[in-house]
Amino acid sequence: MRVRSSNKAMGSFVGQRPALSWAVHLSMLFIVFLWLFPTVGLFISSFRTADQISSSGWWSSLSTQEQQRSPIRITGTETQDKGLYVVVGKLFSSEAVVLRAWGTSSKRPNEYQPGATAQLKRGRSLTIDADGRYRFTAQQSQAGKRLPRVFTTASSPPEFTFRNYDYILFQGDNSDSMAKAFLNTFTVTIPATIIPILFAAFAAYALAWMEFPGRSILIAAVVALLVVPLQLALIPLLKFHNEIGIGKGYLGVWLAHTGFGLPLAIYLLRNYMVSLPRDIIENARVDGATDFQIFTRIILPLSFPALASFAIFQFLWVWNDLLVARVFLIDASGQTTVMTNQIVELLGTRGGNWEILATAAFVSIVVPLLVFFVMQKYLVRGLLAGSVK
Amino acid sequence: MTELKLTNVSKRYGNNVEVLRDINLEINQGELVVFVGPSGCGKSTLLRMIAGLEKISGGTLEIDGVRVNDFPPSLRGIAMVFQSYALYPHMTVRENMAFALKIAKKSKAEIKEAIDNVARILQLEPYLDRLPKALSGGQRQRVAIGRSIVRDPKVYLFDEPLSNLDAALRVATRLEIAQLKEQMPDSTMVYVTHDQVEAMTLADRIVVLADQSIAQVGAPLALYERPNNEFVAQFIGSPAMNLLSGTISATGPQTTIRLDSGGTARSNVPSSAAMQGAAVNVGVRPEDFSLGDANAIADSGSAAALFSGQVDITEALGEVTLLYLPAENGRIIVKLPGIHQGLRGQNIALYADPAKVHIFLAGQSLLTYKDHA
Amino acid sequence: MSPLMQGVTIIVVGVGLCVSYFFLSNWLLDRVFLPARGQHIDRNINRANAIRPWLFLLPAVIALAVYLAYPVFETLRLSLFDRDQGNAFIGLANYQQMFSEPKFWEALTNNLLWLLVVPALSTVFGLLIAQLTDRLWWGNIAKSLIFMPMAISFVGAAVIWKLVYDARPAGTEQIGVLNALYTFFSGAEPQVWLTLPFWNNFFLMVVLIWIQTGFAMVILSAALRGIPEETIEAAVVDGANPLQIFFRIKVPQITSTIVVVWTTITITVLKVFDIVFAMTNGQWETQVLANYMFDKLFRANDWGVGSAAAMIIMLLVTPLLIWNVINARKELK
Ligand SMILES: Nc1ncnc2c1ncn2[C@@H]1O[C@H](COP(=O)(O)OP(=O)(O)O)[C@@H](O)[C@H]1O
Ligand SMILES: [Mg+2]
Repeated sequence: MRVRSSNKAMGSFVGQRPALSWAVHLSMLFIVFLWLFPTVGLFISSFRTADQISSSGWWSSLSTQEQQRSPIRITGTETQDKGLYVVVGKLFSSEAVVLRAWGTSSKRPNEYQPGATAQLKRGRSLTIDADGRYRFTAQQSQAGKRLPRVFTTASSPPEFTFRNYDYILFQGDNSDSMAKAFLNTFTVTIPATIIPILFAAFAAYALAWMEFPGRSILIAAVVALLVVPLQLALIPLLKFHNEIGIGKGYLGVWLAHTGFGLPLAIYLLRNYMVSLPRDIIENARVDGATDFQIFTRIILPLSFPALASFAIFQFLWVWNDLLVARVFLIDASGQTTVMTNQIVELLGTRGGNWEILATAAFVSIVVPLLVFFVMQKYLVRGLLAGSVK
Repeated sequence: MTELKLTNVSKRYGNNVEVLRDINLEINQGELVVFVGPSGCGKSTLLRMIAGLEKISGGTLEIDGVRVNDFPPSLRGIAMVFQSYALYPHMTVRENMAFALKIAKKSKAEIKEAIDNVARILQLEPYLDRLPKALSGGQRQRVAIGRSIVRDPKVYLFDEPLSNLDAALRVATRLEIAQLKEQMPDSTMVYVTHDQVEAMTLADRIVVLADQSIAQVGAPLALYERPNNEFVAQFIGSPAMNLLSGTISATGPQTTIRLDSGGTARSNVPSSAAMQGAAVNVGVRPEDFSLGDANAIADSGSAAALFSGQVDITEALGEVTLLYLPAENGRIIVKLPGIHQGLRGQNIALYADPAKVHIFLAGQSLLTYKDHA
Repeated sequence: MSPLMQGVTIIVVGVGLCVSYFFLSNWLLDRVFLPARGQHIDRNINRANAIRPWLFLLPAVIALAVYLAYPVFETLRLSLFDRDQGNAFIGLANYQQMFSEPKFWEALTNNLLWLLVVPALSTVFGLLIAQLTDRLWWGNIAKSLIFMPMAISFVGAAVIWKLVYDARPAGTEQIGVLNALYTFFSGAEPQVWLTLPFWNNFFLMVVLIWIQTGFAMVILSAALRGIPEETIEAAVVDGANPLQIFFRIKVPQITSTIVVVWTTITITVLKVFDIVFAMTNGQWETQVLANYMFDKLFRANDWGVGSAAAMIIMLLVTPLLIWNVINARKELK
C-alpha cells in the first residue's frame, strides 16, 4: 500500500485547474484569518492604552485615527493672571494626538478650529491648541463650580505600550496582579505533569510487557476510566481530602490532577510501549536485565516521543484548568490562586477594562502557546496515537 | 559431552493449542545444530523455550546437566541473536555490546577488553561509536552476533539471523558464520532457519520439525540421501522430490514397484516378502532422473521406463534445465544438467538409478519403517 | 523563604518522593527480600518477577481507584442521600427535586443542543480544512495556526471571545468586532449578544468549535493521508471530479476515524464548564449540566442534587464508555 508522503503529491489532478486552486488558496486564507482574528485582537489590545481600547476597535489601531472622542471636562488649579482667573492644562495624555476640531456643546462638537478662542457665557473664554493645551479664563473665580466640557475630534497615530504588562506583572500587590498567580500556576503544573507521567510510565510498562494475572481486566478498566467525567469526582474527593487532612492545597491538587490524568497517560504510553519491538525487550531479558533495568535503561529512553506527547497534554490541561484548581486548591485566603481563576475574578471586577483583561489573559496563554509551537510535533503524534487505531 | 538435553519437551498455548510435543534431543558441546521446518512449525518456540523466553509446558530441559526449566534466561548461560537483530537503538555499538556485561557488574577494563577483542574478530572496530541506525544490514547483523559473543555463553541461539538480509549479503554472512564457528570450536550453537540451503551448509546436524514434533535428526547429507519420511524427503532438496504412487510387485534385497502411472521402479531398498502388494510411494529426486536414450536402456538392462510422458514446460536456467511432465496428481519435475533445447512437446521416458530410488510406506521410508500395528 | 524558592522546594520534594518510591521498592525487592544469589537464585528471581508488576502498578492503581473509580460509586451514593437530614437515605428525592427545577431542564436541553452542534461543526470544519490544506504548500503553517487555540485555556478563550462579542452603547464606537460589523452593515443598534436567549448558546458554542476544530483537523488530516493513493488514482482514471473523489472515495475510507473524532469531542462537550462559567455563568438561559452541578455544589451547597446532576453526566457518557471498552477488548484479542 502506497501512502502519500508529501502533501503536494495530491496536486496532480487539481493543479490542472488554476481557478479551483485559487479558490482553495483564498478560502484557506480566509479560514486562517478567521481563526487568528480573535487571538490577535487580544494580543494587540494588551498593548493599547485604556483610552485607545475604549475609543476604537483594535483592528484600527495600526492606522492613524481621526475620530470624535468622548467629552472631556476641563480641570486644573486656578491661578490669577492680570485680574483674570486662569486654568491651564492638557486634554490628551499622549503627545502624539493632534486636535482637529473642538466645541463646547454636544450639538456643535466641531465648532472651533485648533488655536481658536471660544467666548463662553459669563465672560469666560477657552482657547485650545492643536496639541491639546488649553487655557481657560474667567472674570470670577470658578472655585466650586463645574468647568465646561469639551468635545473634540482628534487624530491619533498608532501607539503601543508595555504599561499594561508592567501593571499586571510587576506592580507588587495590587489586586489585579498576575505575578503570584503565575508562580502558583507553575507550582501546580510541574508536579502535576511529572507525577502522573512517572506513575503512568511504570504502569504502562507493566500492562504492556509484564505477565501477571488480571492484566487484561486492568487494561479494560483504564479504557473505561478514560471517559469518566471528572465532575463525578469533585464531591467525594473534597470530602476525602478533608477527612485525611489534606484539605485544600497543592498536595490535593497534584493528587487530583494525577488521578484524572492517569487513564490517558497509561493508555497513550501503553499503546506506544506495546509497539516497541518485542525482540529488543527479550534480548535485554536474555542479557540479564531485570524488568526494572529494562524499563529504566531501554523502555524509558525509547518512549521519549510518547512521554513528550503526554507531558504536553497534561501540561496544557493543568495549566489551563480552572475547575480542579477551584475545587481542590483555592481557599478563602486567596494565596493559592491560579491564573485562570485570577482571570475569572478579573472578569467579574474589571469586566470593562479590556487593557487589564487582555493583558492578564495573554500572560496566561503565552506559556502554553510557546509550548505548543515548540513541541507541536509531539502533540500531534500523541493525538494520533490516542485516537487513531 | 552433552551440553543441551531436551526430554519429552512440549508446548501448549492456553489449554488446547499444542504447538510442540514429545521433543527429545541431545546437543553436544561444540555442535552446530540447525532447526529447520516450514514457517509456523514451532522452530522459534522451541528456541525460545531453550532461551527461557517461553515457559516449558512439559518435559525437562537440561543445560550442562542442570535442569533449567524454571531458570530465567539470564541464568541459563545462553546468548540469543534475533532475526530483527534487536539492537538497542539508542545505544552505540559499543554500548550495545557492553549492556549485558554492565548488568553483570563486570569491571570497566574487562568490558573494554572483551569488546575490543570481539570487534577485531568481526571487523567492527570502525563502527564502535555509531548508533545502529547508521549501520548497514550486514553490519547490524555482525553487531548482534558480536553482542552475543562478548558474553561468552555456553550456548548460542540464532533465530533466523539472515532472513532480513538481501540474497547476496545472506550468502556472505552465512560464510562468515561458518568461519566464526570454526574459530570457536567449543561453543555450542542452535540455529533456526526455514531456509534449507542455510541448514545444509551450516549444520553439523539438522533437526527437521514438522507436525508439532521432530521429523528427523541427522547430518545434512544423511537427510538428503536417506530421508526417514516423505515430509523430510520433500522438504530437503530443491525442487522437491517427486512422489509416484504404486504397489510393490517384487520383494527381496531389491524391491520392484509397479507404478499406477504404468511405469516400473526398481530400488536398492530391501523389502520383506510380507510387503508384497503393499501400496507405497516411490520417491525420485528431479536430479536423479536420466532421459531414456539408447545407452541408458542398455546399462540398466531393462526396457521398462519408470515414467514416460510428454514434456509440458521447460525452464532453462543455464547450469540446469527443468522439465515438467503432467502426471495424475501434479507434475513430475526433472532436472537435467546443462542446456537441453527442443524437448518441449516431446515424449520422453525417464529412468533412475535403483540406488537413488526411495520407497515410502504410509509416509515413512521403507528403510526405517516399523509396523505400528 | 521567597515564594519562588518555596515553590521550587515543594516541587522537588513532591516529585522526589515519587521517584524514590520506585527505586527504593525495586532495590528492596532485588537486594534485600529476594536477592539474585545464593542457592535459591532461580526461585528468588522468579518470585521477584512475579511481584514486580504490582510494584510498578501500585501507585497508578491506587490513584485510579481513589480518584476515579471510588468517586463514581460515592457520587451515586451521595445522590441518594440527604446531607441536611443527617445523611438519611432518601431514594430518588434528589432526582425528583432536580427534575422539578426549570434550570435543570434548561441545562439538559442546552447540553443536548451543544452535543448536536459542536461535534458536528468541529468535525465538518476539521475535515474541510484537512482536505483544503492537503494540497497547499503552506498547508502545514495553516494547520498549525488553526490548531493553536487548542493550547489556549477555556478561560483565556472566553476572554478572547468576550472581546469579540463586546457591546458599547449605541452611537459610540464599537470595539467588539461582531457589533462593529453588525452596526456597519445593518445600521441597527448594537446587540448584547451574550444576553440574547437561545442564540447566546450558539455564541458560546462558537468558542468550543473554534478550539476543537484544530483537533479534528489534525486527526482527519492524518487519516486522509493514510488513504492509499491507488484508490484515488483509480477514481481519477475513472473520471471522478474532486468533489466526487472527496465524498465517494475519501470520506468512506475514513469513517472510523470520523467516528472517533466525533465521540472524543462529544465527551469534551459533556464536560464543558469553564466557557460557560467564565462567559455567562449560566445566566440568560445558557446553563449547562456541568455548570449547573458546580452551582449546586458550591453556591447552593446542595451535595445531593449536585451529585444527582453529576450522575446525569455519567449516564450520558456511559454508552461511550461501554463502546470504548468493547473496542479495546477486541483490539487486545
Ligand atoms: N502466544 C501464542 N499463542 C498461541 N499460539 C502461538 C503463540 N505464539 C506462537 N503461536 C503458534 O505457535 C506456532 C509456532 O510458532 P513459531 O515457533 O513462531 O513458528 P516458526 O517455526 O515459524 O518460528 C505457530 O503456529 C503460532 O501460530
Ligand atoms: Mg520463527
